[in-house]
Amino acid sequence: MKSRGLKAYAIGYLIFLYAPIALLPIFAFNDSRIIAFPLSGFTTNWFAEMWADRQLWQALKNSLVISGSTAVIATVLGVFGARASTRYAFPGKGGLVGLIMLPLVLPEMIVAMSLLVVLLAISVPLSIFTVILGHVLITTPFAVAILSSAFQSLDKSLEEAAYDLGEGPVSTFRLIILPLVAPGIISSLLICFTISLDEFIIAYFLAGADTVLSSYIYSQFRFPAKVPAMLALGTILVLVSVTLLSIAEFFRRRGIAKTGGKDTGGFL
Amino acid sequence: MSNASSPPKPTMIEFRDVHKYYGDYHALRGINGTIRAGEFFSLLGPSGCGKTTLLRTIAGFEGIDSGAVLIDGKDMAKVPANLRPTNMVFQSYAIFPHMSVAENVGFGLRRDPRSKAEKAAAVEEALEMVGLKGYGGRAAHALSGGQRQRVALARALILKPKVLLLDEPLSALDKKMREHMQVELIKLQRQVGITFVLVTHDQEEALVMSDRIAVMFEGEIAQLADPETLYRRPNSRKVADFIGTMNFIPAEVIGTQGDQIEVEAKGLGRALLNADQCPAGRGDVPVVGLRPETLTLLYPGQTTSERKVDGVIDEVIYFGDMTYYDVYLGGTDVEVRLSMRNTPGRPILEVGSTVDVAWSPSALVLFR
Repeated sequence: MKSRGLKAYAIGYLIFLYAPIALLPIFAFNDSRIIAFPLSGFTTNWFAEMWADRQLWQALKNSLVISGSTAVIATVLGVFGARASTRYAFPGKGGLVGLIMLPLVLPEMIVAMSLLVVLLAISVPLSIFTVILGHVLITTPFAVAILSSAFQSLDKSLEEAAYDLGEGPVSTFRLIILPLVAPGIISSLLICFTISLDEFIIAYFLAGADTVLSSYIYSQFRFPAKVPAMLALGTILVLVSVTLLSIAEFFRRRGIAKTGGKDTGGFL
Repeated sequence: MSNASSPPKPTMIEFRDVHKYYGDYHALRGINGTIRAGEFFSLLGPSGCGKTTLLRTIAGFEGIDSGAVLIDGKDMAKVPANLRPTNMVFQSYAIFPHMSVAENVGFGLRRDPRSKAEKAAAVEEALEMVGLKGYGGRAAHALSGGQRQRVALARALILKPKVLLLDEPLSALDKKMREHMQVELIKLQRQVGITFVLVTHDQEEALVMSDRIAVMFEGEIAQLADPETLYRRPNSRKVADFIGTMNFIPAEVIGTQGDQIEVEAKGLGRALLNADQCPAGRGDVPVVGLRPETLTLLYPGQTTSERKVDGVIDEVIYFGDMTYYDVYLGGTDVEVRLSMRNTPGRPILEVGSTVDVAWSPSALVLFR
């Protein structure tokens, strides 16, 4: 049995990856403020406590505004960038695309610090808007990467055929290009939303007096009494994430089936 | 095929000294010529000769750097692709994958003021024309290659354009299907009477389908003529070599007699050629060209009223309906290929046999 070692490694790896997440719902329903085994009893109190936390609601609202705006802005910018980089040739294109993609590998810490310095220097008040600014900066490369592959697989003669049949550039974009890159747009929205939602450093540096979900959760862990409620919140976030990803994957597969393309795995 | 007795048709497309550059690359180098209304016209040439670029200048997908392209007498310089009276069948067919067959075919009717029912009837009529009646509801991506092509044709023809442009539409099909579609396209063109402009690199396809052909090399039209002229009287060695098979035999120009030219072809001897057999000289080493089927192998006991020369068979290539023989002529090192139809009772000769070969001076073309 040569593969026994590999099998054990694979199982161990998966446990290491997912067991901590599995612990979230377990302790979220455990009737004790101490996070330790043995379990003492079943309760839904922590969910009720979380539900009643008005600061949490405010942080959630801020986070949703930030993530929603970031996803939309980054994806729109991504559409422009991907379109330009896949369809047109212009001098300095390679360098320009490289600069757009650079934030992918740039440490977020550096982005956050430099943005903070600049914003303070030109005395822009820190708020959720400055967080959106930072998040658009770091998520746009993801949007460009996802959408570039969507635009790349688009046959150029489809556009020409639409022109040839009497449509202008705008209606061609709406009738032909947009429907065919829609799965890419949905993926991009989702990825950018997720990255923005759980981003911590930029949100912590640039939010000023406003709290967002990630920094709020982190701050609550300083108070042992608040931890179970945060676990309850975590449980809900896991459920929401799984649901969102499933929906996105459903649309992606349906889009592929509808256009008769080959499923190449997708981003998710 | 063109009919010499019919009156010349009016001009549909005119190229006036068209030049096109891609950066430093001179893609079109002074294209002149006309395509007539209702004609099946082919742009033929090897890849990279500019034939597709020229087609795209008609469609409006490529701008030109100087000169003019006129369609139906109007200069197209400022007319964008979506306003030109042309429609195109793309090499990839460019079927919109997210639409049904009927939505694809009816796409061009979006701006048409007719009622929904009238448009649906027009779509059905177009589908019937290309032999896809009742396919309207199918998903476009589920069609076979031949069906996609028919959809592309129906989609382009539904707008009743003045010119239908076809960019290597048959290259993606297998041989049988391609030959079938060639005949269908000819029939369709006769039925609708629209000017067809076909781009192809397949000389056989061009000969079969076209009324007239422009042979292009390196951004220039080398010869623009009907298929028979192109085949029998190519105007340069390059055109002769590109279209079909041609034997080239070293020759010497002896002199002129009136408007005839006397040549001495190695292995064949002297011959008098008419003016139409002698295209304008290009300063090349003179050769005469001779198609394989204009040479006849004489079996023992056969005679001919034409000229003949003795030869030795060097190679025999059996093709089923035909046999090709490579023969050294008259004790020289000049080897020609000739083709003989394998009619019943006609034996296949063996390598090394000595044979007589009949030939006619009228089949020669002089390149010099």
